[in-house]
Amino acid sequence: MTGLAVRDLHVTYPGTPPVEAVRGVSLDIAQGETLALLGPSGCGKSSLLSAVVGIVDASGGSVAWDGEDFARVPVHQRGFGLVFQDGQLFPHLTVGANIAFGLEMSGVGRAARAARVDELLALVGLEGLRDRGVTELSGGQRQRVALARSLAPRPRLLALDEPLSSLDADLRSRLAVEVRDILRAEGMTGLLVTHDPAEAEVMADRVMRMADGRLA
Amino acid sequence: MKPWPASARLWWVLAGVPVAFLGLFFLWPAGTVIVRGLLGEDGLGGGDLAGALEVLTRSRTLDAISTTVGLAVAGTAGSLLLGLPAAWALSRFSWRGARTMRALVTVPFVLPTIVVAAAFSALFSRSGLLGSWGLDQSVTAIVLALVFFNISVVVRIVGGAWESLSPRMADAARTLGASPARAFVRVTLPALRPAIASAAAVVLLFCSTSFALVLILGGSRVSTVETEIYLQVNQFLDLRAAAVLALVQVVFVAIALWVSARARAPRPPAAVETARAPRRRERWGIAAALTPTVLLLTLPGLALVERSLRTVDGYGLDHYAALLGEPPARSTLSAPLWHAAVTSLLTATVATAMAAAVGVVTAQLVARRSRRASVLESLVMLPLGVSAVVVGLGVLLTLNRSVLGVDLRGSWWLVPIAQAVVALPLMVRALVPAARAIDPRLRAAAATLGASPWRVLWRVDAPLLRSATAASIAFAFAISMGEFGATAFVARPDRPTLPTAIARLLSRPGIDNVGMAFAASVLLAALTAAIMLASERLRTTVGAEI
Repeated sequence: MTGLAVRDLHVTYPGTPPVEAVRGVSLDIAQGETLALLGPSGCGKSSLLSAVVGIVDASGGSVAWDGEDFARVPVHQRGFGLVFQDGQLFPHLTVGANIAFGLEMSGVGRAARAARVDELLALVGLEGLRDRGVTELSGGQRQRVALARSLAPRPRLLALDEPLSSLDADLRSRLAVEVRDILRAEGMTGLLVTHDPAEAEVMADRVMRMADGRLA
Repeated sequence: MKPWPASARLWWVLAGVPVAFLGLFFLWPAGTVIVRGLLGEDGLGGGDLAGALEVLTRSRTLDAISTTVGLAVAGTAGSLLLGLPAAWALSRFSWRGARTMRALVTVPFVLPTIVVAAAFSALFSRSGLLGSWGLDQSVTAIVLALVFFNISVVVRIVGGAWESLSPRMADAARTLGASPARAFVRVTLPALRPAIASAAAVVLLFCSTSFALVLILGGSRVSTVETEIYLQVNQFLDLRAAAVLALVQVVFVAIALWVSARARAPRPPAAVETARAPRRRERWGIAAALTPTVLLLTLPGLALVERSLRTVDGYGLDHYAALLGEPPARSTLSAPLWHAAVTSLLTATVATAMAAAVGVVTAQLVARRSRRASVLESLVMLPLGVSAVVVGLGVLLTLNRSVLGVDLRGSWWLVPIAQAVVALPLMVRALVPAARAIDPRLRAAAATLGASPWRVLWRVDAPLLRSATAASIAFAFAISMGEFGATAFVARPDRPTLPTAIARLLSRPGIDNVGMAFAASVLLAALTAAIMLASERLRTTVGAEI
């Protein structure tokens, strides 16, 4: 079994009463495939994605990659990339240093890092912005950097949490096509979460709908 | 996403640092004061509430208590009276000079109390600029000094709320038929009420812990609970009475804190640009609103500088030169004043190092909200809830002996210890919001890129907190430099700090003594203002981006 396998996943947030955000979801994503989870806000799709990536603990069920159970593997060892809705770029680092961050974490040497950063800047169309501070970027540029940053360490799977929602409509439709092409060019396995059916249609190979914590 | 420290055990181990520090240097001393106040010298034996009652019913004590309450209420009322119009003028409108005005309003807050006391003494004493008003050693002078100090609190808290209040709300009321005055009373004022209440409570707290102002400006005529504690220790050597009075002070501050906790203003939403250029008539309003404040804020400083330059025969730098030479014959100082400046710099450095070491760890532990974190946070904030005078008295009563095999009797170390206890809560309070402002998803982003919890701490938290940390260290240093309440109890007579030396010079007659005190005050003000300015700059340059 290659790729991602999610079995009967539950996510419950503590509180009184506890909130059951994800109630038993099972899905598979084959290597190189992009799956979109489509649903209204509050349907649990972001919680599902967070549990897959590992930044939220699942309260039940399993997440496995190539048959290996990831329940006890901490976030930083899963090798799953994540693009946040609002980028979450490191404000104290330049564009180039943001993109190089993951490479540095995995111990890639300086020269190889620089080469990969340039490659990714070209891929997302931001050549020449390497030494720019991230606070000077426009919304679209930020999301491109966020995408490049997540792709740089060549994750096994790239999770995208409403990656284009913070952008205006025009830019959104253009970037959707671009991101799809980039994911294809990199042969990336993708898990996209969005509330926009058109975006899901453009970017993903397969679309599943989610409502009230379950797959519809 | 589990932030650092990842394990509960590590959290508890690290929590040992602030707990040990505060336990030894604050809880034990302050606890001793309270126990002694209730039970008398020997502590446990039998108890001596009658003795405590005897102290409480002395006419001196009753005088001090009523003066403390009266001064606090008058100071708070005065601060609101001048501060609210100033808040309106500074938060509602943008005009040339508004920035300078805002800076001017914040200046008093960063000045050491002893400097403010010296400045008002320079203004109102018999040979001062307004000496003819006859306010020397009067309650009025003290109230004005309290207002001087606390206008900035009102402007900061109420002005901040006013700035983030959309003028559209009042506009909406106008379209519904309300006159400007009614729109203000029915819409704007209710929206500001929590901020006003919160500001009043904070000012009340500051006014009831204004030791140096009362000590210097009140002279022998006005005394509050705090100055009475000081007198009992230093003149009557009655530690029992001092402890009973300290208990009263603790109760006072507890009430003020309780009021301010109840009145805590909800954090205003992110600041929106609502200020606009004033219309013609509003300009007159702004001028009227700010004139008394400007006069109150500038005159004492001018008087201080003037008096520091005034010599027996005209004007000159004689008093400044005297700071370098031997002390005047009639003063009680035994060494040149620059020695005191060096002592101040040294103690402040040591105090800041202690406060920083404990504060940085504590801020990290407290940043993520949990029950244990809020318990630790309250513990660290506790010294704020006890006046510095009580901290000083406690340190004097408990640590002025051999502690754990280290002889601290009359030790120089007591001064930085007391100052660190005073500075720590302020430091943590400056750091925690910065730590909390870091979006947890930023740490999650680093983790998905392969960063372990330690590396997240090192590569994300540390650089983002660097400016806030530097700013809070500078802040702690300035606090320690100007600290008077606690230091007055533990500084050795032969090794005064700059503030305690100034206080001693001011209490002696003679133009040499007083002139030198004024010159030293100018020097101390310049030092702390420079440090505070650096701190402010450090915080705004990098901090603004997050």
